[in-house]
Amino acid sequence: MTDPVFILLNIFVFPGFFFLFAYALFLSYLDRKIAARMQQRVGPPFYQPLADLIKMLGKEVINPDGVDWRIFDAIPLVALAAVMTAFLYVPVIGASPLAFQGDLVLVLYLMALPTIGLFLLGWLSRNIFSTIGGIRAVTQLFIYEVPFFLALLSPAIMAGSWSISEIVLWQQHNLWLVFLQPIGFVVALIGLQAKLERTPFDIPEAETEIVAGPWTELTGRRLALMHLTTEISLVTGSALIAALFLGGPLLPWNLSPPWLNVAAGFGLFLAKTLAVLLILSSITVATGRLRIDQLNDIGWKYIASAALVQVGIVLVINYLWVVP
Amino acid sequence: MPEVVIPIGPHHPALKEPVNFRVIADGEKIVRLELDLSYNHRGIEKAAEQRNFIRVLPLLERVCGICSHSHATVFAKGIEEIMGLEIPPRARYIRTIIAELERMHSHLLWLGVAAHEIGFNTLFMWTWRDREAVQDTLEEMSGNRVHYGMNEIGGVRRDLTPAQIQTALARLPDLEERIKKYVEMVNSEETLLIRFRGVGRMSREEALKYGAVGPTARASGVDYDVRRDDPYLAYAEVPWNVITDNHGDVYGRTRVRIGELWESIQIVRFCLENMPAGPIRVEAPKNAPDGEILSRYEAPRGELAHYIRTNGTDKVERVDIRSPTLANWTSVAMCLVNQNLADIPVIVAAIDPCLSCTSRMVVVTQKNGTRVTDTMQVGFVRDPKGRQSRVSL
Repeated sequence: MTDPVFILLNIFVFPGFFFLFAYALFLSYLDRKIAARMQQRVGPPFYQPLADLIKMLGKEVINPDGVDWRIFDAIPLVALAAVMTAFLYVPVIGASPLAFQGDLVLVLYLMALPTIGLFLLGWLSRNIFSTIGGIRAVTQLFIYEVPFFLALLSPAIMAGSWSISEIVLWQQHNLWLVFLQPIGFVVALIGLQAKLERTPFDIPEAETEIVAGPWTELTGRRLALMHLTTEISLVTGSALIAALFLGGPLLPWNLSPPWLNVAAGFGLFLAKTLAVLLILSSITVATGRLRIDQLNDIGWKYIASAALVQVGIVLVINYLWVVP
Repeated sequence: MPEVVIPIGPHHPALKEPVNFRVIADGEKIVRLELDLSYNHRGIEKAAEQRNFIRVLPLLERVCGICSHSHATVFAKGIEEIMGLEIPPRARYIRTIIAELERMHSHLLWLGVAAHEIGFNTLFMWTWRDREAVQDTLEEMSGNRVHYGMNEIGGVRRDLTPAQIQTALARLPDLEERIKKYVEMVNSEETLLIRFRGVGRMSREEALKYGAVGPTARASGVDYDVRRDDPYLAYAEVPWNVITDNHGDVYGRTRVRIGELWESIQIVRFCLENMPAGPIRVEAPKNAPDGEILSRYEAPRGELAHYIRTNGTDKVERVDIRSPTLANWTSVAMCLVNQNLADIPVIVAAIDPCLSCTSRMVVVTQKNGTRVTDTMQVGFVRDPKGRQSRVSL
């Protein structure tokens, strides 16, 4: 486990960055295809996200007048780096080799960075649509982040660990947390949908209202990297929910040859993230966009209350049933 | 938060055609707005004066891509009245069928656009798919999907064969099923409800005061439809109902349009099943006598009026087109004040604006030696009690 070559392979090839890129593009394709089929359209071919990425990487980068281009270049990179780093702590074929106590908190903070980046982009763009979009992005962040954090921290309270890999291990010996914390699971899915700014939470980039919100002035490689960030966030978020609520990649029993165990774990990871994606895509297809004031009402009144109730239930369960 | 000016248009993803709203917003609330129309002067009215009655119909049909039949019919109807022509019953029925199919495809298109404005793309895709059934019927009957070219002075140019009638009738049950589905969706789909209800509300008094027409007015409880109140074509002989609603908001406008879809299907079915036999046109004289007429017609978007003046030649002396969108602009500008920024697209879309049909004239005023287009400045203030007063800007 401590072999540096193994760690490097783990970070850069599998299940690290190389796999992450491929899987992000694949999930992006699946998301578009599922939505298209539900809307009675044909949908894109499987290589479309990669083609889009390559095309956008090659496009001209336009600097708006009076905008600090260094920050404009840096924000998409920082956002991408943040979500890619976050993925390293999420178990894919077994416990993450980089796991430590508190990696759950780190992952949550890293996943909040792209939204802060979008706000900065919007604010710095000197474009009215971007500015409004940026303000909306950060307003929305304040609304969904509290219930999202609460929902993802209650598994930690129940498992008595701040490490995602240990929470997965706990679920191997006990029960999937989706059965113990159904409210938290729903809140986490809603929070993830809001974090990824997908309908009905695509308020910051509402096309028919404010063009593309903070994305309006992004061109070329900046736009490509920002899109890639969203796609990778989708993988990281789905994997996180699969790990925290659906038992992650671990089987409840051990298979005889160790490689079979790993393969089964990877299969479980794929199946569970795809299931989460299917739910997220269905929400996207089945809804229209909310308004920011309506989201404010719904978010604080219902979603945040539901998350608090879940935390309360978890505390009561922990008190009554002392976890072994 | 200080007031900011947000330019919506002339190029904006929410707008399919050019118009400019300078929205002055305080945060997400609209304080007032300035409306600048007429980016698309096409000179159609002038061109209409240069062409004889045979050549002018295809031109007027191209005023609008959606209500093309409306413009051709309202003009032909006016000229026939000046000439004292009575068109054969079969021609009246065929014109009615095309008119109602046109209303169906227009309302289905509108429903999709309204859904798209609130980001509900599934409904958008579904309605546009169902619209294809209507478009196919129109294409089978006329040979065209958009500009049907069915009208001529004195009747219609193409007859409907029994086979065409049968295929058209066979398509209607499926459409009825789909429309039932949309009624259900609009009444139960949560995101539609919270984005449509109470948005862009307009009372009956306001609708009358600002001269709203069509589904926009009927959604505010104004029981007025040219098809019933000044019957033309076959509408007096067909059993159908005027749909009104008392919500007065975008939700009400949606309900009115879906109700009208249902009525249109019934009208089309009745006309197809009870088509009178006989000729489809009468010979029209080359010239029209001196005269003037205001020909009215219920286009999908509301009352359409052509003012026509003839002078004894084979050309009109003047034709003035008042499209329904022009009548609805003031009301939309009024509806927008005090609403959310996010609701602009759906409130504007709720009148089903057809901008290129409306923009035929640019009023240029002299201001400090520079030429500027005339801007419709609308500033309304609602006091806490909900009363409204106009402020000068």
